Amino acid sequence: MATEEMEQLVRREYKEGFVTDIESDTLPPGLDENTIAFISNKKGEPEWMLEWRLEAYRQWLKMKEPSWAHLNYPPIDYQEISYFSAPKRPEDRPQSLDEVDPKLLETYEKLGIPLHERAALAGVAGANVAVDAVFDSESVITTFKEELAEAGVIFCSISEAIQEYPELVKQYLGTVVPQNDNYFAALNSAVFTDGSFVFVPEGVSCPMELSTYFRINAENTGQFERTLIVCESGADVSYLEGCTAPQRDENQLHAAVVELVALDDAYIKYSTVQNWYPGDEDGVGGIYNFVTKRGDCRGERSRISWTQVETGSAITWKYPSCMLRGKDSIGEFYSVAVTNGRQQADTGTKMVHIGEGTRSTIISKGISAGRSNQSYRGLVKIGPRAKGARNFTECDSLLIGDTCGAHTYPYQEINNSTATVEHEATTSKIGEDQLFYCQSRGITEEDAVSMIVNGFCKDVFQELPMEFAVEAEALLNVTLEGAVG
Amino acid sequence: MLEVNDLHVTVEGNEILKGLSLTINAGEVHAIMGPNGSGKSTLSAVIAGKEEYEVTQGTVTYEGRDVLEMDIEERARAGLLLGFQYPVEIPGVKNIYLLKAALNAQREAQGLGEIPAPEFMKLIKEKIASMQMDASFLQRAVNEGFSGGEKKRNEILQMLVLQPKLAMLDEIDSGLDIDAMRVVASGVNSLRNEERAILLVTHYQRLLDYVVPDYVHVLIDGRIVKSGDAELARELEANGYEGIEESAA
Repeated sequence: MATEEMEQLVRREYKEGFVTDIESDTLPPGLDENTIAFISNKKGEPEWMLEWRLEAYRQWLKMKEPSWAHLNYPPIDYQEISYFSAPKRPEDRPQSLDEVDPKLLETYEKLGIPLHERAALAGVAGANVAVDAVFDSESVITTFKEELAEAGVIFCSISEAIQEYPELVKQYLGTVVPQNDNYFAALNSAVFTDGSFVFVPEGVSCPMELSTYFRINAENTGQFERTLIVCESGADVSYLEGCTAPQRDENQLHAAVVELVALDDAYIKYSTVQNWYPGDEDGVGGIYNFVTKRGDCRGERSRISWTQVETGSAITWKYPSCMLRGKDSIGEFYSVAVTNGRQQADTGTKMVHIGEGTRSTIISKGISAGRSNQSYRGLVKIGPRAKGARNFTECDSLLIGDTCGAHTYPYQEINNSTATVEHEATTSKIGEDQLFYCQSRGITEEDAVSMIVNGFCKDVFQELPMEFAVEAEALLNVTLEGAVG
Repeated sequence: MLEVNDLHVTVEGNEILKGLSLTINAGEVHAIMGPNGSGKSTLSAVIAGKEEYEVTQGTVTYEGRDVLEMDIEERARAGLLLGFQYPVEIPGVKNIYLLKAALNAQREAQGLGEIPAPEFMKLIKEKIASMQMDASFLQRAVNEGFSGGEKKRNEILQMLVLQPKLAMLDEIDSGLDIDAMRVVASGVNSLRNEERAILLVTHYQRLLDYVVPDYVHVLIDGRIVKSGDAELARELEANGYEGIEESAA
């Protein structure tokens, strides 16, 4: 079908079908080209963006949902999901902490997040950290924009970037994760509603930590955010994303795409503290988290570092990866994944060594408790031109109790004989002996578990920005509350 | 202080202790000796609260309290402390962190606040020097990569910091060379005082040359078959457990 005809069709249907829905600002469940046109229109996007989305959608239609992961969930009905939900007007957003879900505040309190940050996280206006908060589909606040602008750093929502910096977006969007990269990435490319955009120009060291907070709020809503971070030559940035969702009985879909681009000598540090609602003990509800995160070390000596602390979601499907193209570029992946209850996680990384002298480090710590199941899946690929490439992988699993599972799937493809690839893996049970040892020193069982688990994760926590390391430890303790005994 | 009366203990259906009775008073050092499999380690583990052990009969009373009803950590906080034969490794947890957490847990039970950092450091420095351990031990993960001797010293170090009322040392001498044995023994001796009791569980008489006990009990097949003073240990060394079994029979 010709593009022009398509557009006409889209416009026609749009006029007929969605008038009332524009009022309510939430789309009814369902996905077709009209849905995409609606989103694009709602965001006031230029023509090329709509085209790009539709192209992705058409590819998605031809693709199959992947089934290779060690995950077990009922089929997702993509027509049952609402693809757009936005807080209606700014006045309808929480105006102060009093208006924020007390359960959410309780979680923040448990996490030890300072009050002013809690306000920012909850989407309350006037909080003073550089935070972009994405509530359902809309970016509600981006603070510290001016201060950053002085340094030449662009930090805004992707929607805003598409309008304000279309050339930059056009230049980089989809160059790391192509529209048809995988099923969920294609879906995201078609329907993404918001996310963050960061651009650090040549030679600039970003003067503060950047942080995005994602929250799925509305019922039956999918969240499809898209994040794009570009560091030009010699630039660096540290970026953190945090995620939560309220407790709901039905499963909610989250399919994000994150693209990082590092040019010569650039350094991007991307940290995630993910605490989506994991479902209850019987596995009812919780977020389905299907995320594609990839960094492209495009320039020489560039470096991309992923650090993640994953405690939430009913299902996690996530492999933050690095494409090491530039000579002597560096990729790193530090991960702590905790599953409890009936959570399932299939997570890991891909390190693709393309350039000469590229190096990568993978440290993955998996902790399983309750009746949860966790898999580490990692690919280390050394291309024929990657002379002298090096990888070190350490992959440790810790089991709490005897009804949980841990699996490790390391893949290696080595096409250059000068490469060095090392892999270490351990699986241990949180020893009754370790617990007894601590308890027989007067330490309570709960404190002992927390001490042992935090010790196990130490290598990864020390990679997190300081204030978030504290948050991560607290989060771990909250997640594992009642895991033993 | 501690009263064990007619204690029967089963592990996975096998009866290990078959009616053991023992009284320990403040200021006393008792040594339990016996061949492998006699139930020596079981006794101290049951008193400390190890869960796989099922008490089928008998009582254990400590300062008038029913020990078997107390949680593991409660026992420790009340001053009952077990030094392990095989201390476990806890990767990533610094030794100093464990020591501080344990000390603060005990202080909490005594209604004291957390120990101020300077006071804690002073205490630790003093104790670690007395065990002839290097300060770098404190920054290492608990028992991780420690040699046998280092692990045992570390157990005694914990005792010196936590100052238990009843210190139970399970084969604290196994795997020690003679120099390490002297250091460990001097640590144990420094714990001896009027208010504190020590229960040594050992296979060999060797340790008892350095830490001279007030009482020696010979444990065979789940029962104390003979009790005496330090002289009994020397007798054992000369005649072996078989000689005792015959004379007891």
